[in-house]
Amino acid sequence: MPDFPTLSANLGTVVISVPFALMFYLGGTTLIGRKRSEAATARAVTATTGVGLIAGLIVLGLMLTNDTQHDVVSFGDWVHVETPVTEKPFHFAIKFVFDRLSVPFTALTYLLFGTIGVFATKYMHREEGYNRFFTLYSLFLAGMVTAALAGTIETLFFGWELVGLSSALLVGFFHNRPAPVRNAFRVWVVYRISDAALLLAAVVLHHMSSGGDFDKLTGYQQIDGHDVAAWPYGVCRLPANQVLIVGLLLIIAAAGKSALIPFSGWLPRAMEGPTPSSAVFYGALSVHLGAYLLLRLDPLLDASPVLSTIVVILGLATAIFATLTARVQTDIKSALAFASLTQVGLIVAEIGLGWRYIPLVHILGHACLRTMQFVRAPSVIRDHNAIEYALGDRLPRGSSGFLGKFGVRAYRFALERGHLDAILDRVFCAPFLALFRGIDRFERRIAITVNDDQPTVEAPVATPSLSPAKERAI
Amino acid sequence: MNLLSLPRAEVAIGIPIIGAILVRTVRDPARADRVAIVSRILVLVASLFAWASVGTETALCPWGACLTFFGRPIFTVDRLSGSLLPLVALLHVLTVLSTSRVKRNRTSYTGHLIGEAARLATFSCIEPWPLIALLAFSTILPYIEMAQRGLRSRLYVWHMLAFVVLLISGWFAVESKWSVGPILLLAAVLVRSGTFPAHLWVVDHFERAAFGTALLFATPIAGVYVALRLVIPNAPDVVLQTIGIASLVTAIYAAGLAIVQTDVRRFFAYTFLSHASIVLVGLELHTSLSLTGALGMWVSVALSLGGLGLCLRAVEARYGRLSLNRHLGLYEKSPMLAIGFLVTGFGCIGFPGTAGFIANELLVDGAIEANPVVGVALVFEAMLNSIAIVRVYLLLFTGTQNTSSVPLDVTWRKRVAMLTLFALIFVGGLAPNVWIHERYEAARSLNLFPEE
Repeated sequence: MPDFPTLSANLGTVVISVPFALMFYLGGTTLIGRKRSEAATARAVTATTGVGLIAGLIVLGLMLTNDTQHDVVSFGDWVHVETPVTEKPFHFAIKFVFDRLSVPFTALTYLLFGTIGVFATKYMHREEGYNRFFTLYSLFLAGMVTAALAGTIETLFFGWELVGLSSALLVGFFHNRPAPVRNAFRVWVVYRISDAALLLAAVVLHHMSSGGDFDKLTGYQQIDGHDVAAWPYGVCRLPANQVLIVGLLLIIAAAGKSALIPFSGWLPRAMEGPTPSSAVFYGALSVHLGAYLLLRLDPLLDASPVLSTIVVILGLATAIFATLTARVQTDIKSALAFASLTQVGLIVAEIGLGWRYIPLVHILGHACLRTMQFVRAPSVIRDHNAIEYALGDRLPRGSSGFLGKFGVRAYRFALERGHLDAILDRVFCAPFLALFRGIDRFERRIAITVNDDQPTVEAPVATPSLSPAKERAI
Repeated sequence: MNLLSLPRAEVAIGIPIIGAILVRTVRDPARADRVAIVSRILVLVASLFAWASVGTETALCPWGACLTFFGRPIFTVDRLSGSLLPLVALLHVLTVLSTSRVKRNRTSYTGHLIGEAARLATFSCIEPWPLIALLAFSTILPYIEMAQRGLRSRLYVWHMLAFVVLLISGWFAVESKWSVGPILLLAAVLVRSGTFPAHLWVVDHFERAAFGTALLFATPIAGVYVALRLVIPNAPDVVLQTIGIASLVTAIYAAGLAIVQTDVRRFFAYTFLSHASIVLVGLELHTSLSLTGALGMWVSVALSLGGLGLCLRAVEARYGRLSLNRHLGLYEKSPMLAIGFLVTGFGCIGFPGTAGFIANELLVDGAIEANPVVGVALVFEAMLNSIAIVRVYLLLFTGTQNTSSVPLDVTWRKRVAMLTLFALIFVGGLAPNVWIHERYEAARSLNLFPEE
């Protein structure tokens, strides 16, 4: 009978490696051009998520029975560069942490992935791109599990990026239609801003601790005379000015990933993807990843009242904005997206207020509820009609609740989704595009003048052929 | 003396020359293609042997059989050039594998093989004057091809003329101990690397020349090699800082322009310029991490950009010159090319899991240590490039389906080429320690580390 640490480490390895095995299987067969049947794909998805979930639950059980709060599975240094004595050495450790934060989140991930995976095998039946969907689905699972269990900031970044890429590609899954593609691009741009902030934070943290380990960054706290490193008892070891810089970068990263203000515009756009991916990504897991990041690095927030205040304001503002906007949506998925965002805003505010278990429980409960609602969304009209037929009358309709001039303004504000996308477009995108398009035209003219002829192959001019609105979106 | 003790660099350079002579005797394009493939595979094997011999006596001048210049060996496989030779050879193999059958009649195999020999010779040359001669010679080959096709490119000619003149006068000044020497060499490097504002020739060259030729001329990033061999050892700090600042500006400028392009070749040219400039930024920062990262980026970017270029070239071969003014919807007909575009594109930007990831991390980490503003700028540049790559992916491969009735996915030769690329990009990304250590040793061999 293996001892607890060995068993726990082995099971932990299974939890981590299972999604990658699925990813390599689905991705590898696609690359070598081997056709997979739908049944084979479905079996692979069901088996791997099942194995991952069972292994994760056993780890949770072992930790509870052995009263372990913090278990580490380390794969050693992925990269180790011995620098000269005048510089800090570079370590890139692959380390995963099983604690009170990561294990419930990972179990939730597997549970929802397994459930929605089974649902999707039926929902996507004979859909063009069935295998593509599940390949991206496995990429997302790998990213989520990696980000949830990450013990270093770089490992978290690794998972974070996989989540971003797979999300954007799944938003554009129905790539024959223009709207999903435009929205996928919009999602990608916001994710890249978020990723850039996280990468900077990761590099700065890595630089400060020569390794990026959360344990080193967040240190230990004395509980009942013992050093406790486990979440949520970490304490920040960084100087105040560094905490502020890193904290702000992390807040930007979290805001992008969780669609907080001013990045909220991408969330309803992401609903162009297939319903199963909308359910599990934007209703349940991906949208909570920003909040998860803030929970993981909570000692930074504890160390800085300024950061905590910013987080509370950001969360509450997002919640108010989203609850207003959700009330005027005319399609079920957008309404659910904003309803989801309302809860995410509240979760973020809870984190800013210094609570730890309440937001975690809020994430778990909200993710499960919202997944169910998203999955039911396509049949809600039929349900509605069935109830009305049964009643023999129309169902009562609620009033908008808006009164007077304020009500009209609030209605317009909500209908335009707070003009957030338009503001970002006008302030950042339009000047950027105008500047570089102007430079491009200028460079083309120089080339034509110097070469003293027209290009032999007719190069398209930079003038957009689409309407300005579409061009902006593209 | 046995076969294994032959001078490795000279063997790798000699094979394509022999191949070029053989190809001249063949009239049938299919046979010429086969000869070219065999020659290039042999070159790849020879260059791998050369790399494996780094640090041993056979890498230098066994049995006195190597070419010399005033008694000094011209070609040497050292830690810097060791991995560059297989890289250059591999790019040539992949290019010839992915050349479409319809283009064989128009392809100058002799020219390509001579070009390969010149590039291999350049990347293994350590003597300044022969290196300058090789660099000058390398600029002539693309011009000849363009002239044969009836294409005029004054931008290319003027820039390359300036490059050669600056290089010759710069090195002459350095040898004469004139203080202007490093500045002239700096200008030469900036021109050859396509650094702003001397970057227009790169875009023009990609627009006009054959894509394969332009790709092979540009992607090994010879400007970085010139900087390492001729400029950095002789230049004062102010010259290095100038290279760094100009390259950083170019990286962001080109990334911004890549986002707004409406022609796929121009997009590729700007993407190339942005990434090539990043390598030069890393060289200037003078921390061991940034130098290691820069050398790592050099290899990963050359590999990934080469792959990206080959994907675009294959797409062009099927659908003609590509405009980015509308969605082309090519995914359903060419899924492998779509995947290839994404993998190589993300390899360029250092996406996690690809070879460039750790190199990029090292570079940004070193930059943060040397100058936080540079670190922020590097992250911003990567963000812009990733946006540009996904934009082009969406424009090329999504949208209303292309309705061609003939199969347009890749042939087995291209699939082999792309799978080889994918394997290298992913293996380099998933097991980076070995090759990053090799890059670290290469960086250390340059004697540029702080304590040295």
